[in-house]
Amino acid sequence: MRIGVLALQGDFLEHRRKLEGVDAEAVEVRLPEDLEALDALIIPGGESTTIGKLAVKYGLVEPIKAFAAQKPVWGTCAGMIFLAKDIGREQPLLGLMDIKVNRNAFGRQRDSFETDLEISRLDGGPLHAVFIRAPLVTEVDGNAGVEILARLDDGGIVAVQQKHLLATAFHPELTDDTRLHKYFVAMIQTS
Amino acid sequence: MVPSHNGNNKQTGTDTVKRGLAQMLKGGVIMDVVTPEQARIAEEAGAVAVMALERVPADIRSQGGVARMSDPELILQIIDAVSIPVMAKARIGHFVEAQILEALGVDYVDESEVLTPADEEHHIDKHQFGIPFVCGARNLGEALRRIGEGAAMIRTKGEAGTGDVLEAVRHARAVLGEIRRLSTMPSEELMTYAKSIGAPYHLVKEVAETGQLPVVNFAAGGIATPADAALMMQLGVDGVFVGSGIFKSGNPAVRARAIVEATTHFNNPEILAEVSRGLGEAMVGINISTMSSEDRIAHRGW
Repeated sequence: MRIGVLALQGDFLEHRRKLEGVDAEAVEVRLPEDLEALDALIIPGGESTTIGKLAVKYGLVEPIKAFAAQKPVWGTCAGMIFLAKDIGREQPLLGLMDIKVNRNAFGRQRDSFETDLEISRLDGGPLHAVFIRAPLVTEVDGNAGVEILARLDDGGIVAVQQKHLLATAFHPELTDDTRLHKYFVAMIQTS
Repeated sequence: MVPSHNGNNKQTGTDTVKRGLAQMLKGGVIMDVVTPEQARIAEEAGAVAVMALERVPADIRSQGGVARMSDPELILQIIDAVSIPVMAKARIGHFVEAQILEALGVDYVDESEVLTPADEEHHIDKHQFGIPFVCGARNLGEALRRIGEGAAMIRTKGEAGTGDVLEAVRHARAVLGEIRRLSTMPSEELMTYAKSIGAPYHLVKEVAETGQLPVVNFAAGGIATPADAALMMQLGVDGVFVGSGIFKSGNPAVRARAIVEATTHFNNPEILAEVSRGLGEAMVGINISTMSSEDRIAHRGW
């Protein structure tokens, strides 16, 4: 199984290591031709404005949309923002998921945090999740098939799935727990 | 004090959270800006963060005088101007400047040799803060001392404000070369090595085991062109700071964008050639090898 990691900017190496840890081959994607022969794509954490601008400049937006029409894509943090239809401000987006996302929803870096999170599709107890200047999902379109996988104690939505598209506001690539990467691999196997 | 709980099972200010923000900046360019307008130009060009300051290093050099933390008013204006993280500099050892920057909501403090040091022996105890710090280093010992004090990110010192990449290359080669050496060193030699480079033993041991620094490592100090940025990336750093190199050049917006693209495509000479074309004048710069040692600032820090 070959999984691409969008390597324009951000913590793509952390995702690579996690994928190699679950016996998947990881491929860095910087140009449209890098998408060829991949089974899925991960859009990592980073700065969503930077990733969006570079994706536009290097002609990746339409190829990723075409790719995502059939193959699984997972966005973490900046990746979640990039996948969203609406973030309430002007910046390049893929617009693939019917969710509304608020950037920097918790405040500045001093408000970044770690916490334990119950994720509905994962066995084995709560997942320890790291939120860095994280976004929050403020609206989901249930009619379009968006399912909520995790909420914070205060109800804030931080993990969603829409068919073969997955988005998390936190960074599973920063901890040792491999369950979400395994979950994504299972999504690829059944898609 | 940190880390802290806020009653909602959330922990803020942990090492993971502090180091994590630097991990999100990897493969990116952090740009010095002195006005909100420059901050917007930097964000528009694709910067991953901006460093808010009153004078870029080239001007600190030419104007002289004591260089201090920037006016909080300016920092707040820059915070309001952009959606990306905002960093700001505190003087080495000046923990009250750092407290003020934390109170302002700055995302990262650079305890920087570019400003005039406030303490000739001690750096800030960075564990006392809820926000992360980046510090300069010329070699592995210095990097590990700063990490021991709580730095969540390291950068080369280079020689800021010169536009000459020589010292940044020297410092990156020193740090990365010493890491390579450590990773093949027999365990019984680690304590003596830790003593010889003046670094905490537990961090020397950790680097020997993992083959990398426990925090993100950027290049800084003298980077002025897309080729400079790609050079540092190929040497093995995680990203770059550009200080005077952008807004002291002929066409800052175009140069900023080119350096961002060069940092992403650092291993692709065709793209590097394309983005390096027609950028206008680079900053004039100062040749480091002709500078007197009093004019150098990289030796500040202990």
